[in-house]
Amino acid sequence: MVDVQFRFRDDEAVNDPAVTVSAFTEQSNATAVRIEPSDDARDLLPSLDRLALVEVAFPAWTDGRGYSSARILREAGYTGELRATGDLVIDMLHHMRRCGFDAFAPEKPLNTSDAEAAFARWENVYQATVVDGRAPIWAKRHPA
Amino acid sequence: MYKYDEYDQQMVDTRVAEFRDQVRRRLAGELTEDQFKPLRLQNGLYLQLHAYMLRVAVPYGTMNSAQMKVLGDIADKYDRGYGHFTTRTNIQYNWIKLEDTPDALADLAKVEMHAIQTSGNCIRNISSDQYAGASADEVVDPRPYAELLRQWSSFHPEFLVLPRKFKIAVIASEIDRAAMRLHDIGINLVRNEAGEVGAEFYVGGGMGRTPFVAKKIKDFVPIDQMVTYAEACVRVYNRYGRRDNKYKARIKILVHELGLEAYSKEVDAEFAHLLTQPIEPPLAELERIQAMFVDPAFETGLSDDLDLSDPDFRLWVERNTFAHKAPGYVIANVSLKPIGGIPGDATSDQIRLMAELAKDYSFDELRVTHAQNIVFPHVKKSDLYALWQKLEKADLSTPNLDTVGDIIACPGLDYCSLANARSIPVAQKISERFGSAERQAEIGELKLKISGCINACGHHHAGHIGILGVDKKGKENYQLLLGGSEGADTSLAKITGPGFDEDGVVDATEKAIDVYLANKQGDERFLDTYRRIGMAPFKEAIYG
Repeated sequence: MVDVQFRFRDDEAVNDPAVTVSAFTEQSNATAVRIEPSDDARDLLPSLDRLALVEVAFPAWTDGRGYSSARILREAGYTGELRATGDLVIDMLHHMRRCGFDAFAPEKPLNTSDAEAAFARWENVYQATVVDGRAPIWAKRHPA
Repeated sequence: MYKYDEYDQQMVDTRVAEFRDQVRRRLAGELTEDQFKPLRLQNGLYLQLHAYMLRVAVPYGTMNSAQMKVLGDIADKYDRGYGHFTTRTNIQYNWIKLEDTPDALADLAKVEMHAIQTSGNCIRNISSDQYAGASADEVVDPRPYAELLRQWSSFHPEFLVLPRKFKIAVIASEIDRAAMRLHDIGINLVRNEAGEVGAEFYVGGGMGRTPFVAKKIKDFVPIDQMVTYAEACVRVYNRYGRRDNKYKARIKILVHELGLEAYSKEVDAEFAHLLTQPIEPPLAELERIQAMFVDPAFETGLSDDLDLSDPDFRLWVERNTFAHKAPGYVIANVSLKPIGGIPGDATSDQIRLMAELAKDYSFDELRVTHAQNIVFPHVKKSDLYALWQKLEKADLSTPNLDTVGDIIACPGLDYCSLANARSIPVAQKISERFGSAERQAEIGELKLKISGCINACGHHHAGHIGILGVDKKGKENYQLLLGGSEGADTSLAKITGPGFDEDGVVDATEKAIDVYLANKQGDERFLDTYRRIGMAPFKEAIYG
């Protein structure tokens, strides 16, 4: 297993071994699951409350299905750790945060200062994603 | 016209800083070319045959004079003194140096321009009707809706690495001037019986190697749900679009393979869910944008008379102008297709002149069209002759809009690393073959489109006459297609038969046109005659 390089949670790190989505739906005691790009994140929705960790695999960062998986889980109320693993690139970290990822385990460690700059780069955002709680630009233009 | 506020400016400035950092990491060797490529593409930077190419976005094709002037200046400062207007209503520069691009982007940001998402597998620049806000046939001005979607699609965190590129067009007229039904999503703004504006959605159109005309998926999405519905369409595509084969990765293939009904069911379920999420900007945001697209201060009581005693001017007026909604005004088109020229190219001096003329004669506004021309949307008829004279001095008065000389062509093998054949020399030869004004008048409306490979950037599927360059055993070979259209009557062109060499395809084009002229009834256009008599007589003349 690769190490978590960046984590944005205060709770204790989850180190339970992650099982595949099909194994998870068959066995009731697992608390960590790993989503591959072709898995359907919605299969997890009936049992979100017993999950402490969801790993989303990025075999290649240019396969963007994991972004939808992440948002779907967060939109359904998942509050556990959502960890991106695999081929992660500095320039997408900020967008991954916005989709709900709060832990990052790149297969090759990223330059820390470049990554920190990337996480902090965008002071404002155009879209509301319920998952990151940030007010989009349109909300700032039209305060309630 | 839309004006950036502090937030829009900050977003563009931040992108320049981010890109500068990416270039720094690339030049320092921290990023390999493989890693850098998808990042630079999101900023419109391609690596072509001879150099980098930078594609600059012109959102919904609308610009002011200051922006146009900077496009001319960039051509001088960072390129070789010219630019190329594209079928996506953008402009591209073909000789850019990597280390200069951050500075070029910084220059653009000063006039509220950018190259964000002009390439890459993301939502691209949104195109619209070049006569928006000027023609009488529109339901509403579509550009505020396009701007709302521009903001939604810019840096959308979930949709930056889609299976493939994603193009959206927004129009608001039954007369489709933007090839709306050849887009991944086409939106036609309509009114319902209660008089409310809503969005008619089309999905799954596109050209490329497997062309499809988009299918209507929703008759009427309420306007305060338009962004959410678009989000649902794109999310379903992001999750299910094919990623195993880039030639089968566009949404058109997904819609085709799933079937419209199954795709639509997935979208409906996603839409119902997303309506519970805070996706949609409030209507106040649309209204804020609309307030910037109010009509300019048109004078009233103007005469509609024009002095057409100069025959050259008369020809240009008949060919290149279009009725304006305000009395005494007209929409004027500048053809970037001089006889024998390179379609869509303009020199820096021409670009700056058009900027100046827009300021003097068109309320500071210009448009870029998907046919690679420029529009002055609001010209007072009493100014038209003066405008034309100034255009004529700069070789910008070719009277050939929508005729056989008004060719759409991709850059082809002269520039593009994907191309199989050159497009530009074929366009130049056809333009010269049919160069005389009499010949063009005799032929009338004829949309001819040339692509240098099956990716179809030159829209050959949608040409009344289409030409496709292929590689045949190491030699450039050109196939001829007939019967395509990109308007309200969108259809895909069919191939005539075996291909030709460069001169052969020009001859075959002439033979096809001769068949039309011999069979034409009344006011029929080439396309009408083709549709009436079918392919057989053309084939016989070309191959018989």
